[in-house]
Amino acid sequence: MEITLGTFLALGAILFGIGAIGFLVRRNVLVQLMSIELMLNAVNVVLVAVNRYHPDNHAGQVFAFFVIAVAAAEAAVGLAIVIGLFRLKNSISADDANLMKH
Amino acid sequence: MGTANFLLFGLCGFFALAGAVGTVASQRPLRAAVSLLVNIIALAGLYLTLSAHLLAAIQLLVYAGAVVVLFIFVIMLIGPAAEVKGTSEGLAGRTLAIAIMGMVTATIAFSLVDAAGNWYALQAHPEFGTVEALGAELYTRALVPFEIVSITLTIAIVGAVAIARHRTPAEITEAKAVHAKAVEVRDEAKAEAAAKATA
Repeated sequence: MEITLGTFLALGAILFGIGAIGFLVRRNVLVQLMSIELMLNAVNVVLVAVNRYHPDNHAGQVFAFFVIAVAAAEAAVGLAIVIGLFRLKNSISADDANLMKH
Repeated sequence: MGTANFLLFGLCGFFALAGAVGTVASQRPLRAAVSLLVNIIALAGLYLTLSAHLLAAIQLLVYAGAVVVLFIFVIMLIGPAAEVKGTSEGLAGRTLAIAIMGMVTATIAFSLVDAAGNWYALQAHPEFGTVEALGAELYTRALVPFEIVSITLTIAIVGAVAIARHRTPAEITEAKAVHAKAVEVRDEAKAEAAAKATA
């Protein structure tokens, strides 16, 4: 079996799908944040693989670099919100985050 | 292509998928965080097979070194409440979500896996993916986005601090009570001192 661009794209798609399922199914806000990280990482795999297929510039890798930076910022703000939710509700279940609903 | 590359891809791909499934499936958040770590390290290995050396290093530094540690820190801070018990409520919706996402993912993956593109035929430039080449690209063509990212990170830090140190009404009431008690004690001490001075 030969490893081609398609193998990497399929791997990225599967990783993204696992992350999306985790985000939709789990009710733990922390695990949902981790699922978002999984999805961002899957996108990075695709970007780097496509960049390897067009090695005359580094656009894909630069894009992946920015995605990593934004993912780090997202994790910091997301975890701050989780702490705020926990102090308010004493729980980190997404079902308990209903202040805007009532 | 080399056998070593093939083996590295197989190993890293397997661990990336296993880590992702472990992150999503494990009930305890700490196990999910460790699975996420496995996934991230495996992805760094995949970047190496794609000759993206700087990105592999950044992946390890930023994700394994900072993001996962932050997750574990928050899990430890929250304590036993970090484990959310699963409820049967909304089971139909969840099954539907799994089914739809699984179908979409399988369709995309099967249609992409045969996509042509055997890059081992095309030789990459020896400088492809090195610190030097990527750094030059980052500070010339991608300079404006780079500066915007630095602003974004600063805003994120300030925002995280502002959100996390916000007090709930109960905590404000408690803090006010403590402050009132402190003022009372201080005033008593002052009155005592004044009485002593006059005596």
